Amino acid sequence: MAGKTLAAWSASGEKPEILYWVGCAASYDDRAQKVARAFVKLLDAAGVKWGILGTEETCTGDPAKRAGNDFLFQMLALQNIQTLKSYEVQEIVATCPHCFNTLKNEYPQLGGSFRVWHHSQYILHLLQTERLKLPQNGAMDGITVFHDPCYLGRGNGEYDAPRFILRRAGVQLREPERHRDFALCCGAGGAQMFKEPEPGHKDINIERTEELLRLSPARIAVGCPFCMTMLTDGVKHAGKQAEVRVLDLVEILAERLGL
Amino acid sequence: MAQIVFALVLVGAITLFAYHVRLLRRTILMGRDVKLPGSRSERWWQMVRVAILQQKMMDKPVASAAHWVIYIGFLVINIEVVEIILDGLTGEHRVLAPFLGGLYDAMTVGAELFLALVFIAAVVFLWRRNVQKVPRFHTAEMRGWPPLDANIILWTEIGLVVALLIMNAADQLLQARQIEPYAVVGTFPVSRWLTPFLSSFSDESLIWIERVAWWAHILGILAFLNYIPFSKHLHIFLSFPNTYYAPIQPAAQSDPLPQVTSVVKEALGMPVENGTSESSPSILGAKDVTDLTWKNLLDAYTCTECGRCTAVCPAHLTGKKLSPRKIMMDTRDRLEEIKRALHRNGKWEPDNRSLLGDYISAEEIWACTTCNACVRACPVLINPVSIITQLRQYLVMEASQASESINVLFVNLENNGSPWALPASDRAKWAENLI
Repeated sequence: MAGKTLAAWSASGEKPEILYWVGCAASYDDRAQKVARAFVKLLDAAGVKWGILGTEETCTGDPAKRAGNDFLFQMLALQNIQTLKSYEVQEIVATCPHCFNTLKNEYPQLGGSFRVWHHSQYILHLLQTERLKLPQNGAMDGITVFHDPCYLGRGNGEYDAPRFILRRAGVQLREPERHRDFALCCGAGGAQMFKEPEPGHKDINIERTEELLRLSPARIAVGCPFCMTMLTDGVKHAGKQAEVRVLDLVEILAERLGL
Repeated sequence: MAQIVFALVLVGAITLFAYHVRLLRRTILMGRDVKLPGSRSERWWQMVRVAILQQKMMDKPVASAAHWVIYIGFLVINIEVVEIILDGLTGEHRVLAPFLGGLYDAMTVGAELFLALVFIAAVVFLWRRNVQKVPRFHTAEMRGWPPLDANIILWTEIGLVVALLIMNAADQLLQARQIEPYAVVGTFPVSRWLTPFLSSFSDESLIWIERVAWWAHILGILAFLNYIPFSKHLHIFLSFPNTYYAPIQPAAQSDPLPQVTSVVKEALGMPVENGTSESSPSILGAKDVTDLTWKNLLDAYTCTECGRCTAVCPAHLTGKKLSPRKIMMDTRDRLEEIKRALHRNGKWEPDNRSLLGDYISAEEIWACTTCNACVRACPVLINPVSIITQLRQYLVMEASQASESINVLFVNLENNGSPWALPASDRAKWAENLI
């Protein structure tokens, strides 16, 4: 195992290759914690030396920013930048596209420039550099449908990395009607995750899940802990939780590797 | 005599248009100044791709094809308008013919073909809007003036096309009858099919028809030119600057407010560069259009109300009150109020009304998921999310009007550094056996 907190790395006089920015969801939410564990198992399998901030990490400030509270956003951001700089962090990987976007695009103006990866991009990099190896033959049963996270896809133009690693994992990938840059939001972004929806005739996650379920998938692949929550609820609402699993990209890969 | 009348009308129409363009520019520049990322060459390329080549229009093939026809038709037919203006000023008839020779035939053939195509395209658009009733043209904000505006534009285009075709048809008959000054020039593959309908008219009547059609066409164009500043049709001009100035950065990037940075740094005991910026606006976020950036305001005037944004908005699709198109239309309607005051009084004085509250409600802006589907859908790079974010900033930081659950979110972020009321000491629990 090659993961420690940055404080522990620092004490050992070594530096990790990459900081895994866990994010609040994977820190506290039971379901997202499993994703974090699957991800670091993949890092271990690839022999990557990784670190986390542990108790020194806080929210990036994304929900505050989207809800219009720039004071709170910048308060959190500036403190995080201070922490990151104190450990001389250069590369960060996040399993949450909201953390990814904020760290990558909104910290530089506040003095924090890092190389930031979404976990799908980092896994792709590990596959391409052949540090992570997937079995060449055999496929996974059933149809997999990938739900583009807004902050990764439309927000940052990354559509290919998740699809590439899913195909490499041997899944039978099908696209829902609205995909890539026209993918429908799960309904969680813009701080919606933390409030009741405004009055309407339907919840957004139900609308999106119905669209995904029309492909009769065995699994719905996500790349965001909030999409995970929204679509898992959507699948339950449709009464399909026995047939359809909602899984993060890295969970599918970890399963493929028997980790 | 006719030349003097024509010259006066032309100068009058252009002066009036110039006045309204300047007024429009002044209104847009009431917005906050903003530095927009991107280099000059990136901007030019963006404008070429998105405005000139209409790359994003192609998402909808039928609308795109009809739009291309009208766009190219507008350019081709305008060459003939140049001749009409020259004829009007000189009193000559088809003044370009002797200079262009064989090219003149090519010009008239091209113009005639596009007249027919524009006619068809305008009918297609009218059909889609009024008969087929494409849903995005019939949402809540599309009542009253907006659909009327759209229909006026299309019927005007049809009227202008028909006037030119009738003019050319009469001209051909007069050419054939060797009436002065109708010299035999040009080739008219479309309007020749109209000549049988006019052939029973006397020479005098035909000259009259030709003249009336000529005046109807040019007066129609000059009237239309002066209609555009009050219409969604402004996109035919503003799409170009709007795509040029659209920020070149990831869609999800939302820059920190600089005037907040210095305050927060001071609170954290961090060194503050250059003190507080002098040019910082006095309020945080936006309550009225004058608090928005000038690019937001240019966006509003560029919007042609096609509704592609609203058609993909997850909030709208699930019955929430939010419609990104309405955000843009409200911004423009409020700007028009300011523009009218500038026209009347020469200056703008606050009138106790504002974009937020009088036009856009809190319910609308809180329904946004910031998913950027509207931004992706817009063929001319308008950004409704930017306006929504600034209105939220005002509600939260100036008016302290966040909902209960949003306030709980803020308190948790402040106290625990997480959106949930869970202790920071538990942050690494997930990794207990892994590190």
